[in-house]
Amino acid sequence: MSNQTDTTSQPMLKSAVQQKVQASLSRRHRQERLFKFTGLTAVMISLALVAMLFINIFSKGLPAFWQTSITLDIYFDPAIIQISEKPVQRADESSNEFRERFLAWQGELGMINFNRLISDSLMQVLPDADQHRRQILRVVTSGERFALRDMVKDDPSIIGQTKRLNLLTDANIDVWLKGNIDRSLPDHQQQLSPVVQKWADDLYASGIIKNRFSFALFMNPDSRSSLASAGLAGAFMGSLFMMLIVMFLAVPMGVAAAIYLEEFAPKNKITDLVEVNINNLAAVPSIVFGLLGAAVFIGWFNLPISAPMVGGLVLSLMTLPTVIIATRSTLKAIPPSIRQAALGLGASKMQTIFHHVLPLAFPGILTASILGVAQALGEAAPLLLIGMKSFVATVPTSPFEQSTALPVQIFLWQGNELRNFFEARTSAAIIVLLTMMISLNGIAIWLRKKFEQRW
Amino acid sequence: MSNLTLMIVLLALLAIAYQLGLVRTRQVAGQNPAQRMHSRPHHYGVLVGLWAVLPAFFIFLLWSWGSPWAIDQLLIAQLPESITSDNQELRVALRRIGNLASNFGVVSEAADWELQAAAFLAETRQLSSGLMLALMAAVSAAGLLYGYRRISPLQRARNQIEKVVKAALVLCSTVAILTTIGIVLSMVGESLRFFSFVSPMDFFFGTTWNPRFSTSGVAEGSLTGSQGSFGMLPLLAGTFLIAAIAMVVAIPLGLLAAIYLSEYASPKLRATAKPIIEVLAGIPTIVYGFFALVTVGPFLSDLGDFFGLDIRATSALTAGVVMGIMIIPFISSLSDDIITQVPKSLRDGSLGLGATKSETIRKVVLPAALPGIVGAILLAASRAIGETMIVVLAAGNSPSLTANPFEAVSTMTVTIVNQLTGDNDFSSPQSLVAFALGLTLFVITLLLNVVALVIVRKYREQYE
Repeated sequence: MSNQTDTTSQPMLKSAVQQKVQASLSRRHRQERLFKFTGLTAVMISLALVAMLFINIFSKGLPAFWQTSITLDIYFDPAIIQISEKPVQRADESSNEFRERFLAWQGELGMINFNRLISDSLMQVLPDADQHRRQILRVVTSGERFALRDMVKDDPSIIGQTKRLNLLTDANIDVWLKGNIDRSLPDHQQQLSPVVQKWADDLYASGIIKNRFSFALFMNPDSRSSLASAGLAGAFMGSLFMMLIVMFLAVPMGVAAAIYLEEFAPKNKITDLVEVNINNLAAVPSIVFGLLGAAVFIGWFNLPISAPMVGGLVLSLMTLPTVIIATRSTLKAIPPSIRQAALGLGASKMQTIFHHVLPLAFPGILTASILGVAQALGEAAPLLLIGMKSFVATVPTSPFEQSTALPVQIFLWQGNELRNFFEARTSAAIIVLLTMMISLNGIAIWLRKKFEQRW
Repeated sequence: MSNLTLMIVLLALLAIAYQLGLVRTRQVAGQNPAQRMHSRPHHYGVLVGLWAVLPAFFIFLLWSWGSPWAIDQLLIAQLPESITSDNQELRVALRRIGNLASNFGVVSEAADWELQAAAFLAETRQLSSGLMLALMAAVSAAGLLYGYRRISPLQRARNQIEKVVKAALVLCSTVAILTTIGIVLSMVGESLRFFSFVSPMDFFFGTTWNPRFSTSGVAEGSLTGSQGSFGMLPLLAGTFLIAAIAMVVAIPLGLLAAIYLSEYASPKLRATAKPIIEVLAGIPTIVYGFFALVTVGPFLSDLGDFFGLDIRATSALTAGVVMGIMIIPFISSLSDDIITQVPKSLRDGSLGLGATKSETIRKVVLPAALPGIVGAILLAASRAIGETMIVVLAAGNSPSLTANPFEAVSTMTVTIVNQLTGDNDFSSPQSLVAFALGLTLFVITLLLNVVALVIVRKYREQYE
């Protein structure tokens, strides 16, 4: 009897639990699916954000690599360019005397109205230009007269000749022709007068104004008077100097520090402190390094303001912890057997490290340094504090001259009043910066892949 | 002679001394065929080179560091009493004399005593650099001779070189510490100067931020009358508001993405998605700022119009959302590392008891990984608090004490940039306040980092 109840009640009991589990299963599986789906959504959203960021920047910036320019036959009219012969250094004069004569000649050149050359040749292509003489120079950007001046300066023999040249149009014409301004706006809200609008359209239709690849963006320094010819050359050189300084300062120092800390330093309180200190330094906000630069390098050491030298020093201090940490983890990954083998054969500790460990760690160290340099390249905040925000219209030739940097140039351009033109140009500058950073990172990844060794 | 040529000469000297040492070593080795040299020939060469160059280089460093100060002192002793008594006037005079001495133009006619002083300065400078060169040459020659004469089979050249190299390594590893000391000293020093103008109570607990402007030339005493108010709280509130919005965006996205990628995703998806998300961490922050300003801000504003909300294009929300996007990879990769570190046995145990995968993750893996994840979140938060360029462009820069994310706010980092890049005199409280803000920022992020690092380290030890 009791046996029977047992055999009947047990399956009954079991099935009660089972039923409960069974009943909950569908709900639990639904939860499972929901959870998985939520996770996938998060990944997808993150990927979509990356895509959106890039598509946004590229769709805005790519058109700015092409700029409208006008093809004109410029007649270097001797009647307008009245200038004495270009001085040549004589045998009987010192270089100082010659320089003085040359400067005087350049002064003469500076007095010449090169705008006349441009307006004269514009008259040829614009039939009704005579009635709107004041407007005519609004077609070509104002910086081009200096380009003409430099042509005469380099080679005075072109006076009297006619040259076919591509001159950049005014920024507002570029905006107008690319449709970056609402054409239906009333005239008083337009940047261009109706006459110039019509000229621009006519010249574009007849192919005299064309959209051409803009070398000005890469060859020219920043400009405020002639917005269409504002370029990145100055900022690029500034960034290059700073990257070089980081490469020659932060990288060797960081590697040396990592070697000491990883291979030589005794395990004690001081080493611990140094380690904690480096980890914290890596997470200090970059702007604090800018404050350090402003107070120490500029305030105490009186180094020049807004020079790439100071910027490079600040960025070096900022990237130093990154380089140290990355190098240390590379050194850690070299198996101890390598060291033991070298030591066992009688090499000194120094020889072991410099002859055996370092060569093996080299690819990793290289990757770490490239990533450090890339980090320094993209940093803007500390540079603002050491004066690199100022407008510089020349390309620096040494790290002690005033300069700006690519990220700071982006910051300056996004604030320009001519939003219609500079939004695209800023995006173009961002594309240049991103391309540099992506290629640096790409090189680092490629190196890692190529030399990756599994122990 | 410029410093650059000097360095090149030193390098050339190094090469010559190395060769001399090498030749000498071979000689010595030839003379004592019975005794083997302790080190390889190039060790002796390098050592001779170091003897020839290093002491001279130290003299150069010391001289370039000390001589401008010494020359200034000599010059001041030459100047008439009437000038040296006033500090301000003395500084101007020194600059004018410096310009005169280096033949740069001076705006107005130079007085007689100035010309005299300039001539003296130029002369002393020339004398000083001449002296330095002579001393360097003498020390170099002596070092070279000493190193050269010391070469013998018993000399432990390699060990001595290794000592020099080790000293250099130690020197390099102190730079990081010196940086920290430099940060702390400069910030504290300038902050103390600031607190001599404004009381710390007003700064830390004041609720209005309105520093006004100062121009150079205004006497320091007169500033106290027309001083602005330097209450830090609105900036602190703005900083934390934006950081909080960023965390609200980044934590769910980053954490869920990390969970999915580490637990569910196929190796192929993981291998592609992870680096792509990490691209977000490498993009310069100025790019995010521009993205926020040009795209996200107007979009949020339009969205607000649609729902009848008044959202400014540059607001705490705009800056916070974009900063959140920036922080996603910080949270996702750190959490990913931590989740993969949770031992497989924990998962297997849970799955073996019949839990579903999501139940295992929620009830076993996440609690086990929680401390590490909290550490990751704290690190990300410190990143958000110290972030500058996004907020400079997109937060609207209006220092008001508000909790409304749709309004423009200002943060500590923005204010540091504004106060130091404006036209303020460097020694005015308007500029110095940047350092007080920087110090506060430094302390806040330091605390967050220390706590986070301790948590993460504890967690690692637990499972290693």
